[in-house]
Amino acid sequence: MTAVLPISAEPAALPTEEARPGRWRRLPTKAKVGAVLLGLFVLAGIIGPFVMPYDPSFQNPAPDLSLHAPYATHLLGTTQSGQDVLSQMLEGIRLTLILAFLVGVIATVLSVIVGVTSAFLGGVWDEVLSLLTNVFLVIPALPLLIVLLGYLQDKGQAATILVLSFLSWPWGARVIRAQTLAIRNRDFISAARETGERTWRIITWEIVPNEVSLIAASFVNTVLYAIGASVALAFIGVTDLNSWSLGTILYWAESQQALQLGAWWWFVPPGLAVAFIGMSLVLLNTGIDELGNPRLRDAASASRIAGHWLRPADPTPVFGEAGQRGRLGGFLHSFSRSSLLDETDRSQAR
Amino acid sequence: MPFILRRLLFYVVAAWVALTINFFIPRAMPGNAVQSVMSKFTNLQPAAYKALQALLGVGHAGSIWSQYVSYLNDIFHFNFGTDVSQYPASVSSLLAQTLPWTIVLVGTATVIAFLIGTGLGIVAGWRHGGSLDRVLPGLMFLQAIPYFFFALILVDLLAVKTHVFPTGQGYDNGLIPGWHADFIGSAIFHSLLPALTIILTSIAGWMLQMRNVMITTIGEDYVIAAQAKGLSSRRVVFSYAARNALLPQLQGFGLAVGFVISGALVMEIVFSYPGIGLLLLNAVTSNDYPLMQAIFLVITFAVLIANLIVDMIIVFADPRARTREATA
Repeated sequence: MTAVLPISAEPAALPTEEARPGRWRRLPTKAKVGAVLLGLFVLAGIIGPFVMPYDPSFQNPAPDLSLHAPYATHLLGTTQSGQDVLSQMLEGIRLTLILAFLVGVIATVLSVIVGVTSAFLGGVWDEVLSLLTNVFLVIPALPLLIVLLGYLQDKGQAATILVLSFLSWPWGARVIRAQTLAIRNRDFISAARETGERTWRIITWEIVPNEVSLIAASFVNTVLYAIGASVALAFIGVTDLNSWSLGTILYWAESQQALQLGAWWWFVPPGLAVAFIGMSLVLLNTGIDELGNPRLRDAASASRIAGHWLRPADPTPVFGEAGQRGRLGGFLHSFSRSSLLDETDRSQAR
Repeated sequence: MPFILRRLLFYVVAAWVALTINFFIPRAMPGNAVQSVMSKFTNLQPAAYKALQALLGVGHAGSIWSQYVSYLNDIFHFNFGTDVSQYPASVSSLLAQTLPWTIVLVGTATVIAFLIGTGLGIVAGWRHGGSLDRVLPGLMFLQAIPYFFFALILVDLLAVKTHVFPTGQGYDNGLIPGWHADFIGSAIFHSLLPALTIILTSIAGWMLQMRNVMITTIGEDYVIAAQAKGLSSRRVVFSYAARNALLPQLQGFGLAVGFVISGALVMEIVFSYPGIGLLLLNAVTSNDYPLMQAIFLVITFAVLIANLIVDMIIVFADPRARTREATA
C-alpha cells in the first residue's frame, strides 16, 4: 500500500513527477497498451511509403488479379481493379494520422485560447464565449461539415483539416474554461499578480502549464474525433477521392460492392485499422484519466494487505468479496489512514 | 429565471445560430453553386433557376437583410424550396417521407442502448474490479469502431453470408407502405440489424461513463452513511448511488445525442435504410445544395428538441435543477 501511495498523493502533471525515473513503469497498464498500439500505427504511417510493395493507385490489368484474396505477393489481396490493398492501407494510415494530428493541434490551440480567455476575462466576454462554446457543442457537427465541404469545389485535405478543426474545439474549450476558473483564484496566481506579472505571462507560464494533462486529454479526444469524422466524411464521398486515406479505401470498397462480392479483405483491414487506432486513443485517454483519478484504477494495480485486495486510495467501502465482509471491511476502511488520504485528495482536487 | 426557461432560451439562441450559419454558407462559399447545379440537372426549368438563385443567395435583388428576413420567414413555414435532383418535388415533402424512419429507428435504438449501458454501468461501478471490468477492453474496442464499419461487418456476417437478416432497405420491396400488419412486421424486421448496430456500438460509451461516475459517487459520505445505517445493498445502489450518478449521465446524454445521430446517419447508408441519412448521401452525390442545407437544419432541430427533452427529465430527476439558477 505504502509503495503505491505517492501516485495518488500528488497530481500527475506536476513537473517533479516527470523528472522522477520510472515514470513509464508507473503508468496504468491501459495507457501502456494504448501507447504501444498507437506507436505501431504511427510507425506504419512513417515507414509506409518506403516499404509499400506497389503504387496504391496502380491498376493491374491482369484479370485474375481483380478481387484476388490475400496471398503471398498481395498480402491483403487486391481490389476490383487490381490495386494492392496493403499499399493502399499503408498510404491511408499515413494520411489519416497526419490529418487527425493536424486537426488535433489546431483545434486544441483554439480550445485553449477560447477556454482560457473566457475564464480569465470573465464578465460579459465569458458569457458570450461560453454561450458560443455551448451552441457549437449542441449543433451536430457532421451534417454541418457535410454542407460546408459539399459547397467547396476543391475538397482537398487542407479544406477538410480547416473545417474539421473549426468545428471540434468546443469540447476542449469547455473543460479548459472550467479548469482555468478553478486555478484562477489559487494563491500562486494571486502571488504572481502581486509581483506585477503581466496577464499574458501569467496565462502562458502559470495557468497553461498547470493544465497540461487536461490539454493532453483534450488533444487525444480531438484526434479520436477527427479520425472518426474524417473517415465518415470520406465514406460519404465528401473528400478528395483521388487520395488514399482509410476512409477513401472504405468508400471505394462500398461503392464497388465489395460487400456483395464477398471481398472481406478489401473493407475489413481499413475498418479494423480505424477501430484499433481509435481504441489505442481511448486506452491512452482512460490511462491519463486514471493517473489523475486513482479511484478509477482497476484491480490490476491493487495490492494485497491482510487478505484484502486494496486499490490505491480505495474509497469504496465494498471491495473484494461482496456481502457482509466487504461492507464491514469498507466500514472499517473509513476509519483508516488511507481513507483520510481520500479526503485530503478530494479537497485538493477542488 | 427557472432552469427550464433558461435552457429554452439557450436552445432558441442555438437554433438561431444554426439558421444564420445556414443562411450565410451558400453566400460565403467560393464558386457559383447555381451554375454547378444547373449544369448537373438539365431538366430544370428556368423558373427553378430563379428559385435556386433566391435560395442560394446569388444574384438576388434585395439587400442581404431583406433576404435574411424572407429566408427566416420561409423556414418558419417549413418551406425549404424546391428540390433540384428530384424536381419538382419540394424539399419538405422529401424530408417528411424520410424523417419518420430515422426518428423511430435512431430514437428507439439510442434509448435502448442508453438504458442497457447505464444499467451495466451501475453494476460495473458497484462491483468495481469484478467480472464486468474484464470485458471493458472489448467494449472500448466496440466503442472505437465507426458505426458504419460495424454495420458493414454485421451485414456481411448476418445478411450476406448467413441470410438471417435482410441486407438492407426499410421493408420488403413487394409491400405497399401503410398501416397494416405485413408492412409493419416487415419494417420492424428490416430495422433489427440497424438497431443492433447502434445499440452494440454505443452501449460501451454509456457504460464506461456511468461506471466512472458510479465509482466516484460510491466514495461519497452519504453512500457510506447509508451503508452504515444498514440499508440493503439494493437500496444503497439504486436510491443513493445510482440516483445521483444518473444526473451527470443524463447531461452527457444530451451532449452525445448529436454525435449518435450523426453516426447513425452514415450507418443508414450501409443498410440503404430509407431515412434521412440516405437522403443526405443522395444530396451530396448529386450536389443537391438546398436538400443538404435543409437536412442540416432538420437534424439540428431534432438534436435541440432531444436536448430539451433531456433537460425536462433532469428537472424531473434533480430537485436542485428546479430551484437553482442554471449555468447555461
